[in-house]
Amino acid sequence: MDTEARNGSALPARGTPERAQLTGLLSAKAKLVRRETVRLSRIAGAGHYTGTFSAAELFAALYYAQLRYRPADPGWPDRDRFVLSKGHAAIGLYPVLADVGFFDPAPLDNYTRLGSMFGDHPDMRKIPGIDFSSGSLGHGLSTALGMALAARVQGRSYRTYCLLGDGELAEGQVWEAAMAAGHFRAGSLIAIVDRNQLSIDGPTESIMGVEPLDEKFRSFRWQVRRIDGHDLDAILDAFSGLSDAPDGPPQMIIADTVKGRGVQRMELGAGWHVGNLVGADYDDVMAEIEGGLRPVAAGGSDG
Amino acid sequence: MDEETRAAVTGPGTTAAEAGPAAQEISEVFRGSAGESPALKRSGAAGAAKPASTVRGIQRAAVPAFVAGQELADLAEHDQRIVVLTADLAGAGRTSDFAARHPARFFNMGVAEQNMITVAAGLASAGLRPYLSTFAAYAALLGCEQIRTDLAYTGMPVRILAHHSGMSLGYYGTSHHSLEDLSVMRAIAGLTVVCAADASQLRAILRASLSLAGPLYIRMGRGRDPEVYPEVPAAFQFGRAARLAEGSDLTLITTGSQVRPCLDAAARLGADGIGVRVVDMHTISPIDESEVVAAATQTAAVMTVEEHNVTGGLGSAVAETLLEAGAAVRFRRAGVPDEHVILGPPAALYAHYELDADGIAARARRFLAP
Repeated sequence: MDTEARNGSALPARGTPERAQLTGLLSAKAKLVRRETVRLSRIAGAGHYTGTFSAAELFAALYYAQLRYRPADPGWPDRDRFVLSKGHAAIGLYPVLADVGFFDPAPLDNYTRLGSMFGDHPDMRKIPGIDFSSGSLGHGLSTALGMALAARVQGRSYRTYCLLGDGELAEGQVWEAAMAAGHFRAGSLIAIVDRNQLSIDGPTESIMGVEPLDEKFRSFRWQVRRIDGHDLDAILDAFSGLSDAPDGPPQMIIADTVKGRGVQRMELGAGWHVGNLVGADYDDVMAEIEGGLRPVAAGGSDG
Repeated sequence: MDEETRAAVTGPGTTAAEAGPAAQEISEVFRGSAGESPALKRSGAAGAAKPASTVRGIQRAAVPAFVAGQELADLAEHDQRIVVLTADLAGAGRTSDFAARHPARFFNMGVAEQNMITVAAGLASAGLRPYLSTFAAYAALLGCEQIRTDLAYTGMPVRILAHHSGMSLGYYGTSHHSLEDLSVMRAIAGLTVVCAADASQLRAILRASLSLAGPLYIRMGRGRDPEVYPEVPAAFQFGRAARLAEGSDLTLITTGSQVRPCLDAAARLGADGIGVRVVDMHTISPIDESEVVAAATQTAAVMTVEEHNVTGGLGSAVAETLLEAGAAVRFRRAGVPDEHVILGPPAALYAHYELDADGIAARARRFLAP
């Protein structure tokens, strides 16, 4: 897979056979993210299923269609950067990094065990392909802004992508970074909010309301798009529409998603932020994931 | 911080008269601490000095506030990795001198210190060497978690110039004081913690930082600290203390802003026949254990002196080293007691808490009294 040559402007147009082939690949990779999340969680005895499932299509589209990188050269200075600000979704990112060739997948079987490379939150010092360590919510947009400003200083043309959770938007540092990115017109910075509506204790709008999100970022001088974050065509269209102007406004993609998407018992329920599937439940869920996305469960579950 | 306060601390060129009696009081700290500073002697009476070359009688080249930006700008001529950030304190930290010469490598991040620290981490991850500059209180205390998580855990080569540390902002009060930063910073694994005593040592620290792996916390004083080192100390090494005076009755182990008054106190004690060794323990983490043990075995008593809460800072680090080495030596910590300091101009505070030369000498005499 030629990940280096790939970029947003080269994505095949919607409706073409090439696009259908690509979305087919991405759909399969989103299943990989969900399956591996369930498998690795069982090794650890607990896992962040639902906030990873909501980002499965985003991970797939980023790593199999959009980002420029060289798996054999993780430190390639001109690579696109990816900062997983919602570090608790790393369980879904590790399998992708292994699958594209950053490292051998075998060590994933030691996920979270003593001395493992792979913890609940990603460590850049241990894992090839992790551009920055994360886990402490609210930091990632600042890190990504630093990377974007570094490109300006060094005259490089890479982009920096940052995936944020919606719960972490309550952290003040996010807005410090958002204000600074707008001020510095960090056009090579692309942020994506996984807007899955739920934080740990319940709906964001009852715990700490974040809407109207579009208006907030626009008022911080960002260009904002809002899409269905499980619609692969919509994600690819948003990527294709990104500006290449490094001195333009920073670019925000608000991805409306469903927490727990792909496993109906978890969809729309806050109770599965951290959980553990075992026995027949494990097998049932694996089979459901393999069947692909179905309409979102009505009413959801409290888990 | 309100605009009036900011204005009062921003311009190193602001004269005491322009800034009013309060600033006059604050300015006292630099002379008060200086004692018979050679720099003061050389430059003559403050009033007769040329504004362009001196600050309150101290040569510009000997004033830390003036050298930080200029030294970094010089280093950046030969090192393309250097970038500088500040949080709306380009004047107070004098990074404005860097900005003037390298505008494309300078970022004023506004009053948002946590974002600044993490942005610096991102810059460093791409191969740059960020130096960030702000008040110590906001770097170390407000930004503590960012320093731990984004700089130290990740090993990012970011250098923090934490100026106006301790209680050097005087009557601005506890909100602007940093009397806990050494305690907090030295507990962070992978972070080198160093204190600059004067302009020459600051230059040495900045030069040595070019080849230091990992993050660095540089604790600076008010920015006009009197001279300790007449020239940039060529022997400077992180983790290797400097012995500045010799004597066998007492060792003063000190750091940063307290080095000059300790030397002056040692001179006064020496005049009374008390021989005092003075150790500049510039690096707090990792501490120079062999120099601590040497003090315990070669001199009769050890007293630490720091502009910091007595809990957790230099004194605690030395005490830990002494106990684990099995040293049986008389030991005393001098610093700010475990309280939020009373209000007052810096010079008055140093006198009140016995952290000027007279106070340190008095403490030593009481400590050594039979």
